[in-house]
Amino acid sequence: MQLTLWTYEGPPHVGAMRIATAMKGVHYVLHAPQGDTYADLLFTMIERRTKRPPVTYTTFQARDLGGDTAELFKNAAREAFERFRPAAMLVGASCTAELIQDDPGGLALALDLPIPVVPLELPAYQRKENWGAAETFYQLVRKLAGPAAPPVGTPRPARTAGARPRCNLLGPTALGFRHRDDVREISSLLARIGVEINVAAPLDATPADLARLGEADFNVVLYPEIASQAAQWLNRTFGQPATRTIPIGAVATREFIAEVAQLAGLDAATLLAEAESRSTWYARSVDSTYLTGKRVFVFGDATHAVAAARVAAREMGFTVVGIGTYSREFAREVREAAKGYGVEALITDDYLEVEAQVTQLQPELVLGTQMERHIAKRLGIPCAVISAPVHVQDFPARYSPQMGFEGASVLFDTWVHPLMMGLEEHLITMFRGDFEFHENAAPSHLGALTAAHSEAAPAAAPPAATLAGAAIEQVIAWAPEAELELRKIPFFVRGKARRNTERFAIDRAVPRITVETLYDAKAHFSR
Amino acid sequence: MNARSVPPHLTEGCAEIPILRERGQREVFCGLTGIIWLHRKIQDAFFLVVGSRTCAHLIQSAAGVMIFAEPRFATAIIDERDLAGLADANAELDRVVQRLIERRPDIKLLFLVGSCPSEVIKLDLSRAAARLSRSFSPDVRVLNYSGSGIETTFTQGEDACLASMVPGLPAQADTAHPALLIVGTLADVVEDQMRRLFNEMGIAPVAFFPPRRAADLPPLGPGTRFLLAQPFLADTARALEQRGAIRLDAPFPLGAEGTTLWLQAAADAWDIDAATFHRATAPGRERAQLALARQRDQLAGQRVFFFPDSQLEIPLARFLARELGMQLVEVGTPYLHRQHLATELALLPAGTMLSEGQHVEKQLDRCRAAAPDLVVCGLGLANPLEAEGLTTKWSIELVFTPIQGYEQAADLAELFARPLVRRTWLAA
Repeated sequence: MQLTLWTYEGPPHVGAMRIATAMKGVHYVLHAPQGDTYADLLFTMIERRTKRPPVTYTTFQARDLGGDTAELFKNAAREAFERFRPAAMLVGASCTAELIQDDPGGLALALDLPIPVVPLELPAYQRKENWGAAETFYQLVRKLAGPAAPPVGTPRPARTAGARPRCNLLGPTALGFRHRDDVREISSLLARIGVEINVAAPLDATPADLARLGEADFNVVLYPEIASQAAQWLNRTFGQPATRTIPIGAVATREFIAEVAQLAGLDAATLLAEAESRSTWYARSVDSTYLTGKRVFVFGDATHAVAAARVAAREMGFTVVGIGTYSREFAREVREAAKGYGVEALITDDYLEVEAQVTQLQPELVLGTQMERHIAKRLGIPCAVISAPVHVQDFPARYSPQMGFEGASVLFDTWVHPLMMGLEEHLITMFRGDFEFHENAAPSHLGALTAAHSEAAPAAAPPAATLAGAAIEQVIAWAPEAELELRKIPFFVRGKARRNTERFAIDRAVPRITVETLYDAKAHFSR
Repeated sequence: MNARSVPPHLTEGCAEIPILRERGQREVFCGLTGIIWLHRKIQDAFFLVVGSRTCAHLIQSAAGVMIFAEPRFATAIIDERDLAGLADANAELDRVVQRLIERRPDIKLLFLVGSCPSEVIKLDLSRAAARLSRSFSPDVRVLNYSGSGIETTFTQGEDACLASMVPGLPAQADTAHPALLIVGTLADVVEDQMRRLFNEMGIAPVAFFPPRRAADLPPLGPGTRFLLAQPFLADTARALEQRGAIRLDAPFPLGAEGTTLWLQAAADAWDIDAATFHRATAPGRERAQLALARQRDQLAGQRVFFFPDSQLEIPLARFLARELGMQLVEVGTPYLHRQHLATELALLPAGTMLSEGQHVEKQLDRCRAAAPDLVVCGLGLANPLEAEGLTTKWSIELVFTPIQGYEQAADLAELFARPLVRRTWLAA
């Protein structure tokens, strides 16, 4: 058993729902008790979809358990077919139905429906949402594209002369973090390179589209968490290579263009010479100097976390002080990336562990999920969201991709916005002591943040007391003149200065912090 | 459960109308969802769901916007080790509770909340609660109830929670004099208003259940007269009655009329004279009627369709029909408690179409065919129906918002008027 306050991922059948809902002409019959329909609201409320997810729930109750829940399933599947007339059907069980072992796959087969039926085995007590999405997509691709597979060992026929290279775009789902906009951005990028899109899937694809996946020359994998399993099968079955670069950030986008050009046998030199992201210039502009070395903590799904850390370090000039993921399946990739920053990766789906690490690291910026936004808000640290799990705010009305050159500009804006503006930071330093520039006056762009802090503080007090760090203040005494000197430090770095000084004092067993200790610590930490 | 069990004096109105009972996909929450408001109400209680990742995800998603303080609920997620018997589920549960209580020393009452998986694997949470109660006594009391979807629909989770607290209520010391108990979660502001009204009528003592602090348990005994503030408390009422308390039959305190009849039931039990009752209630009632008149202009004649959700549907429909002049197309409820709702049913306009249970696809067919002016439904259905051109009110807001009593009557009406007004404001 695991104590869980918030969960990063839903159960695996929610992953299957993300595939079914993304596609057209697919229906999912889910053996599930009353209450599991809550998952519909993820799509209708968070993503504001205008249609209900194409899911039929059997809704069994306690009194059905002694009776025939299998019959209930068969009726639900039959009715769903007649009502919705899907081109393909997914069948499976949610966590409770898994325990009663009715075998939805076998039951659906017995119905002998005139459409492809894909049974899903998604172990709910072992796996989670992204795994469920990947497995569902893979099973669908196998079932629908499989019949077109050439005999094993058949070499891939050469592209007909003059035909444009074609690729599939794999991975975007319903409820994905900016998937909709990423598809648009990458599609237009591919068009500029001269590559045609054969099928983009699962988002907006039909079962018939999946059947012709094998016709493409190669695959573009946008979200490995969802699509790498299917892409590997396509590679084995149709000899289609797949891209490995995730085009998040301007640098990675350029690498992605080069990789695609190579797979497509095209020359992208001209495009690469022309391509320039506004974010690259913005990061170089003098106002951005203040971003240098900002300490940033990164957490999210593996793909977004690794990409965000890379952008933070190479395109923003931040210092990555921590990186982690809740995607255990991709722990290796994140550990590898962490080595490059000289830190140890945090691989966990325990929100409390992430909270403890953020508290301990005290970064200046958190790039995380909605969970880290919580943590950061509680600790008064600026935060930008870079990854699912999603919130209604992660579906902005405007075009807001994470990928491609436009995505790089979106990252620049959304990461820099929560921070103090460069000029603003200098002004506050210059005018500290001015009655209008005290710590209770919120920065102009943060509006009500100060008020939110004071409200949040009492709520945070009880749990904070059990965490390391709180005990320090009781042990270390500050001389009054040192306290006064500390007050002269701008308020937005004062907390950090206090913590650093205390840590310095503890490390050296200094019993009382004087003005000297304060400046000794400053000198120590400013190396 | 059938029409014949209704007392003979209630033959007018809806009491004998047949009910459409349906089975099929239910687009409703399970009882775990009640934790979202119960943990706000009992401020030193913590709710630990013993369930799956789905349960954790449900509560987190149903809470919609996330709660910015650390929540007083969590899930002990059962994993394959627990199922395979590699780990002793009880030992695991003890370990999780130990960690939780160390982290939150402010917890005085801990609920172990059963879920679909814990019910199906027959994890005995009542024994676990007794064991943990012993080991954490006297600092923390541990109770258990089931919020599982196979047994409870949405608000029935509160019913199960309150019923689990009833055996722990202290015995009433003074059984000679009656005491009034108001049962069902109300917003604090509503409780305070009600307390003032009872006070002015001279009804005392008055206690509210659940209490705001776990230790403030109201006494209970044969002298207790209780009024249900919510229509979904069947098990709680039965548990109270088993300890000798007597239920005062009344409609629910929604709208000026409902509130008056609800207060009247208490006044009658205490033999409060008409003049005193009038003096105490008239100002509130008149304020409510005045405020409702404005909403009535907006709502009268509009046709409303209720999908089943919280069991509040019938009292709400009665309020909308009688005080605001709305027409009831269909009133769906997940479960109809004939006895507790008898006075409500009697007040419904004759011929009201009632449905119990749900087959969501068939109900959607009926709803589209009827093309009502306003659809009251859950979050899974609201946006799709809006996209089809219907106007909707999300029903969950009716559970989270203070809507009971005179001072909230117009707020309640406004919740229904707002989507209609908004539609006229927005450019087509």
